[in-house]
Amino acid sequence: MHISTAPSQSLLAVENLGRQLGDRWLWRGVSFDLFSGDCLGLVAPSGAGKTLLMRNLVLLDPIQQGAVKFAGKNPSEWGVSAYRSRVMYVPQRAVSIENAARNALEGTVQDNLMQVFELGVYRQRQFDPHIIQTWLGQLGRGAEFLNLQGARLSGGEAQILALLRALQLNPQVLLLDEPTASLDAATTTRVEALLLDWLRHPHRACLMTSHDAEQIHRFTQRQLNLGEFV
Amino acid sequence: MESDYIVIGYGQLALAALLILVNVALSAALQLGLGKSLLIAALRMVVQLLLIGFVLEWLFTQDNALIILAIALVMTAIAGVSAVNRTQRRFAGIYWHSLLSVLTASALVTGFAMVGIIRVQPWYDPQYLIPLLGMVLGNTLNGISLGLDRFVEGLVVQRDQVETLLALGATRWEAAHAQVRNAIRVGMIPTINSMMVMGLVSLPGMMTGQILAGADPIDAVRYQIVILFMIAAGAALGIFGVVLLAYRRLLSPDHQLRLDYLEKANP
Repeated sequence: MHISTAPSQSLLAVENLGRQLGDRWLWRGVSFDLFSGDCLGLVAPSGAGKTLLMRNLVLLDPIQQGAVKFAGKNPSEWGVSAYRSRVMYVPQRAVSIENAARNALEGTVQDNLMQVFELGVYRQRQFDPHIIQTWLGQLGRGAEFLNLQGARLSGGEAQILALLRALQLNPQVLLLDEPTASLDAATTTRVEALLLDWLRHPHRACLMTSHDAEQIHRFTQRQLNLGEFV
Repeated sequence: MESDYIVIGYGQLALAALLILVNVALSAALQLGLGKSLLIAALRMVVQLLLIGFVLEWLFTQDNALIILAIALVMTAIAGVSAVNRTQRRFAGIYWHSLLSVLTASALVTGFAMVGIIRVQPWYDPQYLIPLLGMVLGNTLNGISLGLDRFVEGLVVQRDQVETLLALGATRWEAAHAQVRNAIRVGMIPTINSMMVMGLVSLPGMMTGQILAGADPIDAVRYQIVILFMIAAGAALGIFGVVLLAYRRLLSPDHQLRLDYLEKANP
């Protein structure tokens, strides 16, 4: 599964990325690399386009200028779906997906976690209840969390679901958009610990935004200020 | 052609027009303010129908396939455009999508009925082609505007779900096929409902017309059954086509949801 990369080679390489809204450049000339073990904080005032940058990195929005590469290959060489399974964006607004994936009645958290494996890119893999139990333990939640109805989760519970849903797919780069915005302080600390644990494995990196400047400095090793690229 | 029905003259038509006074009186009594639009609507209806009567009378004497096909094409184009005019949100190419879907669906279904089922000689005989096509178009149009509207609204409302799936590595089809299915289902509902209660709640206009014109009720019923199957097939094909074309437009080959292509219709 892992891509063998030389120590100096970056996992995610962003070259000269630019984003335009109408005639106005939101940001341009954005270049950075994410190396194995890296955690980069993305900072900028709200409205500066942090979310749009993350959406561009996974091609949810078309790239207007510049390029992005994962392990030396661009997304079309990977195939967009395969690329997104390695470079995974976890949106700020976490939603339950079970109703969209199939027309079933409301599903539980566990249904949400399991149904992702029905997607073509993950057909060779299987849902692993043990790893989910372990992570839930680390986050201070019991197994009963798995039986909650996906559509009725609180904002914080939905963020936990979205994080677990992404982590279990074993991506190599995580793009976390305000991952703890709806969580209480205690759970935030636990999420940070879990993510640090996750980052310890080789060939993993993350990019994170947070409205909490303290969290950015606590959790990330270096910061990229989008405001400088106007 | 011998007819065993009572021909309505212009005098009798004027007498029927007096019925509109019921509406006008009601509007005046209750101060609904509908008097003017009622009169305009009534006038338009009369003029349009009389005109189309003359057009049809002329058309039925034609035996040039090209002229008849040209008229059929104009009818199809009007249906295609009207289907889009009832939707809330538009995107570039939506008119072509609608035209293509209406044209393909109605041509296949009407063609099959003319050549395969009723076996009209010649195959373009306007006395059969034009009314059959008209009925198929009317219903396909409704289905297409319903299905198209539901598909686009579904994507807008479920945007977060669709994009979450895409971000998790779903293909565009995996992320949006629930919306496609739902739109086709919604588009088909009126056709299915009308078949359910056919004959119990509603006596279809074509059948009533044939009976008034002196046709044997059983013969008229058989025609109506053929028509209803044509309508159901035409609507299904048209909805399927237009929703798939819209899907291909709004979900890009790079597995992106392109809601930025949408714009609100002018009210």
